[in-house]
Amino acid sequence: MMNKLIVGRFVPKDSFVHRMDARAKVLLSIAYIFIIFEVTNWLGYLIMGLFTIAVTSLTKVSLKTYIQGIKPLIWLITFTVFIQMFFAPSGHVLWNYWIFKVTDIGLLNAVYVLVRFILIIMMSTVLTLTTSPLAIADALEYLMKPLLKIKFPVYEVSLMLSIALRFVPTLMDETERIMNAQRARGVDFANGGIIKRVKALVPILIPLFTNAMKRAIELGDAMEARGYQIDKPRSRYRILVWHRRDTMACLVFGLLLIILIIIKHFI
Amino acid sequence: MSNIIEVKNLTFKYPQSNRQALNDISFDVKQGAWVAIIGHNGSGKSTLAKLLNYLLIANEGTIKVADMLVNEVNMWQIREKIGMVFQNPENQFVGATVEDDVAFGMENRNIKREEMQVRVQQALMAVNMQTFAQHEPSSLSGGQKQRVAIAGVLAIEPQVLILDEATSMLDPQGRQEIIELVQKLKKERGDDLTVISITHDIDEAALADKIIIINDGQLIETGQPTEIFAHGDRLLNLGLDVPFAQQVKGALQKAGIKTPTHYLDEKGLLDWLWELNSNQ
Ligand SMILES: Nc1ncnc2c1ncn2[C@@H]1O[C@H](COP(=O)(O)OP(=O)(O)OP(=O)(O)O)[C@@H](O)[C@H]1O
Ligand SMILES: [Mg+2]
Repeated sequence: MMNKLIVGRFVPKDSFVHRMDARAKVLLSIAYIFIIFEVTNWLGYLIMGLFTIAVTSLTKVSLKTYIQGIKPLIWLITFTVFIQMFFAPSGHVLWNYWIFKVTDIGLLNAVYVLVRFILIIMMSTVLTLTTSPLAIADALEYLMKPLLKIKFPVYEVSLMLSIALRFVPTLMDETERIMNAQRARGVDFANGGIIKRVKALVPILIPLFTNAMKRAIELGDAMEARGYQIDKPRSRYRILVWHRRDTMACLVFGLLLIILIIIKHFI
Repeated sequence: MSNIIEVKNLTFKYPQSNRQALNDISFDVKQGAWVAIIGHNGSGKSTLAKLLNYLLIANEGTIKVADMLVNEVNMWQIREKIGMVFQNPENQFVGATVEDDVAFGMENRNIKREEMQVRVQQALMAVNMQTFAQHEPSSLSGGQKQRVAIAGVLAIEPQVLILDEATSMLDPQGRQEIIELVQKLKKERGDDLTVISITHDIDEAALADKIIIINDGQLIETGQPTEIFAHGDRLLNLGLDVPFAQQVKGALQKAGIKTPTHYLDEKGLLDWLWELNSNQ
């Protein structure tokens, strides 16, 4: 179950989007969120929708996988959409009950929020499905580099992040082992009320934490023995390479933005 | 040959503990030697290994590695010369993939990327893991992880390789593979590589030129494997195993049969017994 949540997100494939530089993908995913807030009418949303679907099909990952990405957020989406719908400040009232009133503008806003939500989720799913967590960590390191000016430990944080990612499967296995050991002692994780189930977590978390500490100490020794020094310049074995296709993708996004601005102001 | 390691009157106590983990230890290691350190659990072997490259700081006594005093000033130079492989394969794997992990030590030394690519390849070839370069640690067996750890050490071309129970968490086959690998490396590099293997595995210790026995923080005995194993009862008293072949040899000697003086593993003993049988 936990595997699906964290590690199972990345789907290795050989597609245009997979081959893109992680920096480009992270940057464009952020840009996408800004761009979508430039959209104010249905034509804009139509173009954004078509664009997003085109991008997802470029990843060679099935649309079903994307829809599964939306599922866990369904309650958040519903909640936001209803807020938009019932508490619209103005517009022609269509339906009224106690403090709730639905107006035409409110309804339209709700639909827009829904579409916006789904599109943003789909685009960020494109990032996580096509980019390994490690590549995302590398990209973040690169994008955080300006923070070096204010003495933020960019390299240390990024090494920490990549080690954390590397230990996810290890700790997952360990959790599984501890749970089995506790089950063998008669602990029941599946039944009982919420309090009972939370209590059952304690005998998992404590050994997990103490073991993680032990691991951290040993790992620290191993790293130092191999010459790791904080604050020392280190060379990089793994590097990110920016290709023509990344520049092209950026240009396409720029074009998209121009079209949307034109639509917003002239239609 | 000159001494690569010189330990004099070394004493160490963990701050939290009230007994000495190591008490007045002195010994030398010749360049190019293969030394095994044996002793029961908690006798201070890992503590000794960590003192050698300044992961721990001695309370008293001195350590010299390649004629350099082990201290705050020289520690990084000394860590250049000593490669260490620890017991738990999982907890020394830093990189996200095999090749990243092998490169880690070189990254720390700020070695150019082109150079690293060549050396990662070479090191992985040396441990026969070249086809696993892109693999993540979770897809490797314990023995494979230890081979990667050795590759990471080889990539920085150390003069001393310390194996702190590097095989103790492996299955018999994985253990055998690592031992054979170290033997191969030792043969290839000759006197350029000194091996210190800390072990519980008596057959592994028997491969060394010299064995050091540590008991409760004290150095009890040093000598060649044949000398050490000849005193079977003493080893047993110290809580150590005597190799099975050695026990058989001891019993044969007691029964008045002349046995070879050099160390025999089980297969060696079997061969010798066959020979004896056909000679009679
Ligand atoms: N971090 C520590 N803090 C306090 N005491 C320690 C620490 N590490 C080890 N010791 C103690 O120091 C002594 C020597 O430990 P060490 O780990 O060197 O033994 P060892 O010979 O390597 O044993 P093993 O065969 O189990 O690996 C033991 O009594 C141990 O309990
Ligand atoms: Mg130990």
